[in-house]
Amino acid sequence: MCLAIPGKIVEISSVNQDSALVDVVGVRRKIDLGLLQDDKPVPGDWVLIHVGFAMSKISAQDATDQMNTLRMLGEIESAEQEAQGYGLEDVQ
Amino acid sequence: MRFVDEFRDPRLISKTAEEIRRLASPGRHYRMMEVCGGHTHAIYRFGLKDILPENIELIHGPGCPVCVLPMGRIDDGLSVAQQPDVIFAAFGDMMRVPGTQGSPLEHKARGMDVRIVYSPSDALKLARLNPDKHVMFFAIGFETTAPSTALTLMRAKAEGIRNFSVFCNHVTIIPAIRAILDSPDMRLDAFIGPGHVSTVIGCRPYEWIAANERKPIVVSGFEPLDMLQSVVMLLHQLNLGEAKVENQYKRVVPWEGNRAALRAMAEVFQLRPYFEWRGLGFISQSALRLRDAYAEWDAEQRFAIPGVRVTDPKAAQCGEVLKGVLKPHQCKLFGRECTPEHPIGALMVSSEGSCAAYHTYEHRKAAMVTSLNSIA
Amino acid sequence: MSSRIATDASLVPIRFRDPQIEMAHGAGGKASRRLVEGLFAPLLFGNSPGPLGDAALVDIGGTNVAITTDSFVVKPLTFPGGSIGELAVNGTVNDLAVSGAKAEALVVTYVLEAGLPTPVLEAEVRAMARAAQNAGVRIAGGDTKVVEHGKADQMYVTTTGIGHRLRGVAIDPGSVRPGDKILLSGPIGDHGITILLARGELDFEADLHSDTRSVLPLVEALVRAAGPGVRWMRDPTRGGAATSLNELARDCGLGIVLFEEQIPVRDAVRGACELLGLDPLHIANEGQFLAVVAPECIDAAINALSLVSGGEAVQVIGEVREQPSGSVVVTTLYGGSRIIDMLVGDPLPRIC
Repeated sequence: MCLAIPGKIVEISSVNQDSALVDVVGVRRKIDLGLLQDDKPVPGDWVLIHVGFAMSKISAQDATDQMNTLRMLGEIESAEQEAQGYGLEDVQ
Repeated sequence: MRFVDEFRDPRLISKTAEEIRRLASPGRHYRMMEVCGGHTHAIYRFGLKDILPENIELIHGPGCPVCVLPMGRIDDGLSVAQQPDVIFAAFGDMMRVPGTQGSPLEHKARGMDVRIVYSPSDALKLARLNPDKHVMFFAIGFETTAPSTALTLMRAKAEGIRNFSVFCNHVTIIPAIRAILDSPDMRLDAFIGPGHVSTVIGCRPYEWIAANERKPIVVSGFEPLDMLQSVVMLLHQLNLGEAKVENQYKRVVPWEGNRAALRAMAEVFQLRPYFEWRGLGFISQSALRLRDAYAEWDAEQRFAIPGVRVTDPKAAQCGEVLKGVLKPHQCKLFGRECTPEHPIGALMVSSEGSCAAYHTYEHRKAAMVTSLNSIA
Repeated sequence: MSSRIATDASLVPIRFRDPQIEMAHGAGGKASRRLVEGLFAPLLFGNSPGPLGDAALVDIGGTNVAITTDSFVVKPLTFPGGSIGELAVNGTVNDLAVSGAKAEALVVTYVLEAGLPTPVLEAEVRAMARAAQNAGVRIAGGDTKVVEHGKADQMYVTTTGIGHRLRGVAIDPGSVRPGDKILLSGPIGDHGITILLARGELDFEADLHSDTRSVLPLVEALVRAAGPGVRWMRDPTRGGAATSLNELARDCGLGIVLFEEQIPVRDAVRGACELLGLDPLHIANEGQFLAVVAPECIDAAINALSLVSGGEAVQVIGEVREQPSGSVVVTTLYGGSRIIDMLVGDPLPRIC
């Protein structure tokens, strides 16, 4: 139930608005956009593909935020340790 | 691959693993269940157990739609396909699952028209291309997949394609989680929530797990960094004694779910009063069937289905393994009568089933540990 | 391998317990091995205890020749990058090459389905002629049978090849040692994914083609540069690199560790595998080979191969260790690992 892969919308069919061509590092397939009617993607958008249907748009912003959070792991702790080293425990 | 490779960055993975080791209290044993079979697969594929500390135990949940399908349903589906001029179409996952008379692939080798499809829309396309045959799509999956089947049926109806039907085995995830939590032998601290089911149902349906059962649940993506970050988030909650629903997979999962997908499901499907889950028994309101408005596309209405119940051999302990009560190797048949090549229970057939995964990856692990120490 | 036949074959027990033949027995993985080792070997190959390689060595009046045979059943008959004709020639040339032999001549058997259009047959025969010329091998003769419509998928082709052993190399899994390096000639998965997409059932498109080619020039270069250090070779066809390496691990009783980030896979193959839930290590190749090379010879081996046309992508992908004995492990840069087994049946796409 779970295999879903990010792909980039290359073009939307002129004949059928619910049909789009998606690209995954050079592999292409027509997918169905029917489940994203409330928030239609445009060419260039990234979507999550499962069994030939787009399930969700992928938010590049949320992805970036996540990466930033992960990069900062451990830094918050070391900043706290540094502050303790200076006797700044009471300072938040 | 974008939105994939970033979440497999080795340095960030190592960093996150370090954070997990820092957060995991040495005196405490954490039991976390990943609900979804796709997560089970990811754990083994990326070797995540190797980088988690010993006191974090990952328990495999029942979210494998192939594993929970009773053998009788496979027999029923294949019985329709045995009729002349019927094409049996299903996902690759189903092809090796044995019914009492063999698997779909074995039926194909005997001359039945069996086709692997990647999408339910491909099955509908087969119907368009073969007007003199009937295409029956054997549908499986949780809420991730059900909307696609629903939309395909809506299209079939709109286009008046009559030589197409669906044999519906879609099941819903919440009753499965409830069955786990209701199990008296169950000892779990937290859940890694199913990321792709949640793109459809959102995060609200899990709120009772946190509020009533007091277990934290983090809805997780499937890349290594996603799962590890989810473990970090669960550790934070567990260490603080909190229990809430969190969304780790924000880039893809909307809190409110996908309204269009839910609408499509509501249009086409209704809940069955009860449905048998292999290993878990009958669970009420846990599976979908086609509404009367779609009766013409419902294989169970168009064809005479034997509906024979096939019980698993008594010795097979699939249920207890599914619920996480027993480890695969503790089942008496594991590795002897029941192997990936000769599966007795469905947990051995699907590559993401606990037993198949354990057989393939775990039980040679002891020899590996020494080897890995020399790699690091 | 011994050329003696068991004195009374009717008394030899078989170890093959399956009640009938299934598709899995032809897929190149565990089931195939059971059939060969459990039924064919005890009855046909006498008491020879040796592991079954890609070719047999036969002594004819003091000269060692290598002989091998292979049958080709592929659907569709033609696909981007080749057709059954090329596969039939290159496949057998390659089986001989990785056994340390240069193919001198092939004979061909065709089993043709009644109703096969002549232009289709002609195209395949032309393809075979071209492939034979490119591979430097003579097609010395053949046989044809025609069966009723429906009894053969258009055509089945078998080629049997004979050749002499290359000097300076002795393939023997028993000579594999911990510390030996695993060499791969180029990207994996191209052929199998091309075929899967060419069948059209999955409706994917990609700019991919089969990698079918003769690997003999590469093998010859490897043998010239590192002959004494070449312990084992195999062409990873059905079942993929994972199946070949598992066979090696079983035959030599040692462990094989692969470094995931070093395994070459084209983007499009990777994309198709991710979309379909497949592992490139299980996908068939028709123009690659694996070699186990002693560490002191590995630099010379890589240098020599990278100078040969088609050898530029050669890569060390792993090494032999004591443990885990008999298994193949794939490791990642961040310390994760997974055991990868032989394939059971054909690789099937999945959605879960």
